Amino acid sequence: MSTPSHISIRNLSVHYGLGHKVLGERLVVKAIDDVSLDIPKGSFFGLVGESGSGKTTLGRAILKAAPITSGHVRYNDGEAEFDIANIGKAELKDYRKRAQLIFQDPYAALSPRMTVRDIIAEPLEVMGLTSSRDETDERVREIAAKCRLNLEHLRRFPHAFSGGQRQRISIARALVCQPKFIVADESVAALDVSIQADILNLLRTLQEDMDITFLFISHDLSVVAHTCDQVAVMYLGSIVETAPSRELFSTPRHPYTKALLSAIPSLDPDDRGRAQKLEGEIPSPANVPSGCRFHTRCPIAKDNCRVDAPAWRELAPEHMVACHYADETVAAAPL
Amino acid sequence: MTQPLISVENLSIKFHTDEGLITAVDKISFDIAPGEVLGLVGESGSGKSVTAKALMQLNSSNTVYTDDSRITLQTDDGTIDILELKKAKELNLIRGGAISMIFQEPMASFAPAITVGKQMVEQLMLHSSMTKKEAREHAIDMLDRVGISDAARRFDQHAFEFSGGMRQRAMIAMALSTKPKLLIADEPTTALDVTIQAQVIDLMKDLVEEFGMAILFITHDLGVIAQTADRVAVMYLGELVETGSVRQVIREPAHPYTQGLLNALPKLEKLDEPLTPVPGDIPSPLERPSGCVFHTRCSQFIEGTCDASIPSVTALADGHAAACFVVDQAVRGKTEVPA
Ligand SMILES: Nc1ncnc2c1ncn2[C@@H]1O[C@H](COP(=O)(O)OP(=O)(O)OP(=O)(O)O)[C@@H](O)[C@H]1O
Ligand SMILES: Nc1ncnc2c1ncn2[C@@H]1O[C@H](COP(=O)(O)OP(=O)(O)OP(=O)(O)O)[C@@H](O)[C@H]1O
Ligand SMILES: [Mg+2]
Ligand SMILES: [Mg+2]
Repeated sequence: MSTPSHISIRNLSVHYGLGHKVLGERLVVKAIDDVSLDIPKGSFFGLVGESGSGKTTLGRAILKAAPITSGHVRYNDGEAEFDIANIGKAELKDYRKRAQLIFQDPYAALSPRMTVRDIIAEPLEVMGLTSSRDETDERVREIAAKCRLNLEHLRRFPHAFSGGQRQRISIARALVCQPKFIVADESVAALDVSIQADILNLLRTLQEDMDITFLFISHDLSVVAHTCDQVAVMYLGSIVETAPSRELFSTPRHPYTKALLSAIPSLDPDDRGRAQKLEGEIPSPANVPSGCRFHTRCPIAKDNCRVDAPAWRELAPEHMVACHYADETVAAAPL
Repeated sequence: MTQPLISVENLSIKFHTDEGLITAVDKISFDIAPGEVLGLVGESGSGKSVTAKALMQLNSSNTVYTDDSRITLQTDDGTIDILELKKAKELNLIRGGAISMIFQEPMASFAPAITVGKQMVEQLMLHSSMTKKEAREHAIDMLDRVGISDAARRFDQHAFEFSGGMRQRAMIAMALSTKPKLLIADEPTTALDVTIQAQVIDLMKDLVEEFGMAILFITHDLGVIAQTADRVAVMYLGELVETGSVRQVIREPAHPYTQGLLNALPKLEKLDEPLTPVPGDIPSPLERPSGCVFHTRCSQFIEGTCDASIPSVTALADGHAAACFVVDQAVRGKTEVPA
């Protein structure tokens, strides 16, 4: 690949022990199970999958906010490099400035008793990044303007703001220490379509202006298609397909990706019920199916899928998939 | 024309707050026919939920309904003037009886300490003459019908033991078990994955067919509306700006706000086009703009007209109408004989 990786993940697992035993064996939740992934520097990288597939856990593991059971996460922004699984205390402090999270819920994330100025300034103060109040104010004003918040806004409390404005406040807060890498976890999910479009445009502009790499987590595929350069599809703790965004949406190869795409409700009222529906729900990550983990819901599963885990292979340049029958799925219409 | 099941006339909803009396909904009128699915769309804060709650008088105690507001429901025992109901006993007959509501967050519908089954049975016994045994059988049957496998065992579990999708199904089962005439679904699929959302939409469609009930479907997802609604009403800052059949509103949106909402939607077949939000933020209900409430964000704003007077409703085609000066002038231009 031409662009260097900003984040390079190798055989990463995040497992949680579930306290109780079943038939003498301790149950283990495999939230992330042997994932390898490269996030190119400067990309807007999308991560999609159903609820419970492990998207948040993957984002948190990269940010050193979920326990890494095994494997590696390497971070390299050109100025600094970190081995996240083995990062030391002093390094972690530096890393926290460089890698930030934007929360999902603009209502819950902001403290009601702080002014917007104080909310945005807090990371600078906690990390001791500025030496005077004037300098802090300067930095806050600068980033607030980028996020289209004016001076008057800064004096107010968050309850006086609409959902879209609150989301802009949390974005300003995440960006104020000039991070190089951002995990945006369902950052537009709670917003209605018009505010959503506004925030997505803002994120893309900021990414270009400030040269940030984004990991954009979302369960809305149309949003991801419009915003991201590359996309990884996650299912039950594992990545099943990655491709440049256009390619993934025009020629999805994994049956799971296809099912996700066809479940998007069509805007055409005369086109009802056309979607090929995925039956059932995602299995428990404490009890991952054998072979290909998607076989229990897969419309094209054959006998060997129950037994053999599919290899991770490249079907087209930068288009990777884990499915025994991905070649056959091309013949069928994409949607 | 069949008589509407529920008829909302001149509904205005105000709230007493620390900052004074605010207007959340301003003189809106609409009908829902028996068996009809009406989609209600609009930005966050436009007044969708408070309108829905008014149909069951579920708004909080600081609510004021203006004197000329009327909501009438047709039942087997005659016409009920909902806003006139005062006694808890009368209201409880409506709530969960003739009208049921499902919420965005399914946990809100279930009492945490009692089992899903017990709660369903209690509700059934309140709204029907079923014995406890009959109610239990009916509840299990409903859970089974919404696709919850092993329903008899699930009946004895608590909502927190269910997955998100199952909770949503159980909530629908509970809301439908009393065979309501009207189901209010407030963002029932917003928190769900597309896969589960598709399942829930299918389920609701099947149930409309089977029970013949009407649905007020609230969402800001126009794709979901296109897939479920017969008619659509678009709300902005407490006012209805456009109503029409689902085809009229989605294919030929008349009001600039409806056009803006449709434009803002990310579309898979138009990846090359940039996303175009409706510019600006929805104003605070404390600072309702003069004239047309949308004029501060409207790309087709006519100075001296849109900010000066309130647009009346212009009929466009059979059942399609919009409250907008630009629309009105276009229609007049077409029909007026040039001098
Ligand atoms: N601290 C924890 N202890 C035990 N299990 C956990 C923990 N955190 C996450 N899990 C489990 O790991 C799996 C993946 O969770 P995760 O939150 O990463 O999913 P997600 O893809 O972000 O889902 P959503 O779309 O609902 O946010 C889930 O089954 C979850 O219950
Ligand atoms: N109990 C209340 N007291 C004061 N104001 C209220 C109350 N309930 C609602 N409002 C206000 O009424 C307006 C309409 O609120 P409503 O909840 O109906 O919006 P909505 O269209 O459902 O939005 P969303 O899509 O975010 O759910 C908002 O400005 C809200 O702040
Ligand atoms: Mg998550
Ligand atoms: Mg609402």
